Amino acid sequence: MLSRTASHLYWMARYLERAETTARLLQVGARNALMPDIGGGLRNDWEAVLQALGQLEAFREKFGDPVQRNVETFLFFDSANPASVMSCLAAARENARVVRTALTSSVWDAINTTFQELQGFHRMERSKLLVNDLADWSLRSGAQIRGAIDATQLRNDGYNFMGLGHSIERGDNTARLLDVKYYVLLPSLSYVGSALDQSQWATLLRSMQAHRAFVWAYKGEITAAKIAHLLILNRQFPRSLLSATQGSVDHLDALARGYGHTPRAASHARGLLGELAEATIEDIFDEGLHQFLLRYMSRNSEIAGAVQSSYLEGVPE
Amino acid sequence: MTQTFNEMIDGGSVRAAYQSLEKWQNEMPADLRQMKQSEAEALFRRVGITFAVYGEGGDPERLIPFDMFPRVFTADEWRKLDRGIRQRAAALNAFLADVYDQREIIRAGRIPEHLVTHNEAFERAVVGIRPPRNVWSHIVGIDLVRTGPDQFYVLEDNCRTPSGVSYMLQNREIMMRMFPHLFVENRIAPVDGYADALRHTLASVAPKKCDGEPNVVILTPGHFNSAYYEHSFLADLMGVELVEGQDLFVDGDFCWMRTTEGPKKVDVIYRRIDDAFLDPLCFRADSMLGVPGLMNVYRSGGVTICSAPGAGVADDKAIYTFVPEMIRFYLGEAPILENVPTWQCAIPDQCKYVLENLGDLVVKEVHGSGGYGMLVGPKADKSQIEAFRAKIEEKPWNYIAQPTLSLSACPTFVEEGVAPRHVDLRPYCLVGDKIELVPGGLTRVALNEGSLVVNSSQGGGVKDTWVLAE
Repeated sequence: MLSRTASHLYWMARYLERAETTARLLQVGARNALMPDIGGGLRNDWEAVLQALGQLEAFREKFGDPVQRNVETFLFFDSANPASVMSCLAAARENARVVRTALTSSVWDAINTTFQELQGFHRMERSKLLVNDLADWSLRSGAQIRGAIDATQLRNDGYNFMGLGHSIERGDNTARLLDVKYYVLLPSLSYVGSALDQSQWATLLRSMQAHRAFVWAYKGEITAAKIAHLLILNRQFPRSLLSATQGSVDHLDALARGYGHTPRAASHARGLLGELAEATIEDIFDEGLHQFLLRYMSRNSEIAGAVQSSYLEGVPE
Repeated sequence: MTQTFNEMIDGGSVRAAYQSLEKWQNEMPADLRQMKQSEAEALFRRVGITFAVYGEGGDPERLIPFDMFPRVFTADEWRKLDRGIRQRAAALNAFLADVYDQREIIRAGRIPEHLVTHNEAFERAVVGIRPPRNVWSHIVGIDLVRTGPDQFYVLEDNCRTPSGVSYMLQNREIMMRMFPHLFVENRIAPVDGYADALRHTLASVAPKKCDGEPNVVILTPGHFNSAYYEHSFLADLMGVELVEGQDLFVDGDFCWMRTTEGPKKVDVIYRRIDDAFLDPLCFRADSMLGVPGLMNVYRSGGVTICSAPGAGVADDKAIYTFVPEMIRFYLGEAPILENVPTWQCAIPDQCKYVLENLGDLVVKEVHGSGGYGMLVGPKADKSQIEAFRAKIEEKPWNYIAQPTLSLSACPTFVEEGVAPRHVDLRPYCLVGDKIELVPGGLTRVALNEGSLVVNSSQGGGVKDTWVLAE
């Protein structure tokens, strides 16, 4: 397969995953805006949402205070914001368009239809578009595209490059959300364990669509340790760091089998997986959650870098 | 101007070939028509058949308007076109092989030397090269117009990289999907063998140095190119890689592509970029689209480039006049398809005639395309004519002139119902180990009433083109 083709497939998948993350955060922000504040009014978590995406500064420069309607516009429609659903889906679609020959017609159809519908929203009156509907639509479209990939793509190298893109991006996004929630949402350490803390953690679970899953898997009250376990070490939870890393390892192994050559990226990924498999939540809290997550993100991007140099530049190792 | 020939009508009654269409159109209620039209548009958008226009504002992905009323050729009509097109494609290739080698046609005094060697498209860098099977133009698009029941004219030849064939294929797919019963009532020759024939043609001109199954690729300028959809569509139908210049590199005697498993040798390149951009070491040094060193590999027979660099010298409007002469000279046959009578402004007597009759003629730039830079005498006002007169006097060699032809018209869906609109035809002839032509082509239609300009950039649309089976 052409290196450039592999690269477009990989980035297509990363952008699709990223669009879903933004959509989920949009959903969470909208829900939180309906919750009472301990101060008496309604809460405003939009800042945190923007922070999670690394877009708070950019937003402030453009709009000033985070007013809900502006945040919605910024996160959903704004093509100048690289993390907006619009930008991510447009980038995913552009990557797909370039390598249409490597996609089945169902996958292309799913991506292109999504993009056409998105263009349609753009032409509609904003007051007719409810933020929850937009977020739902994004998640549904994402599911449709992933479903089409799952149901129709040959399990060849192209499939594995898409899988790698999903896994690497997913690991990064989960780590990022967890990190931001832990540090930004908690104004000071004295809040840990308070009622505010509870609802913040619940928010984090919602942003991963994991609230129900948590309740089923862990029962009882929400604690930081349980949530960290779910999002970092739980093999059953598809967005946990362990599951995402397992995905990277599986796709790299499949590529290595197909090509008869084990790339550097595979040993990086295996090393990270090994560490996660051995780790306990106590170890992680001892190290400091923030330090641990930073380390995870940097090792995850090491894998991405190795994928780039092993496969996407067309120069054999 | 004489009466316009309406292809559906023969002396007041509907021709047999169009009878089921006439009934279909009469029985179609206006709302159904509307619905079908938007269904067609949605299908085009959904499949992604758009052409890209960047930098003009508005939606960068535009649709070429699709007219649902098909254009029909009978088996008899097609038989003549088929023979004429193959004959022309063969003669054009013989001419290219000759002008880059012995130049017999020039030495025989049948074509003036300066028209060839002073031609911008004449490529000194390829003189003496003999591509595999001595084929230079592998895909020849011949633009035809019709003025009467039996009168066809060749308007121009396209020997480089004629585009539009994806529309020929997709127009048919969409018609079959929307109106299956029309295909039951009529016996319509299929066009979907085109991709296989193209792949066969390209593989058949693999270099001698290639052993085993040739690795064929399509070279595109990239996804910002207006015809990118077509490039990727053809690559997909043929099952070959679609590459950009950055995916290829030269090492030793061969050209390679960068893959996830390391370099892989490339044998045949169907390029959809112009000569000037192919190799920055040989042609334009600022080209980012090409592959440095490619021409050296080509010269030493390591790779085949389709169409061959330099093929453009056969298709400009000054050489066009001599194609009937080529047919007689190389094939020893009488031309089956006629040229439009053409005056060369480069020749003083002919230029004088042109300047005296500007009001009745169509004047074109020798290297112009897309319907730009031309004067349609009968439709122009005085100041336009005078402006053109000045241009011709300044650079006579840059212009040719032709009589205004009364292009045939085909029934076309318009606002008020169905009305005749002018059409042309571009069939795609393939030349490799044999000459192949699928029965059909791209019919372009001038959607504006009375307009003769069929280019999509100026209000043109496309139609499905049927050739009825015998």
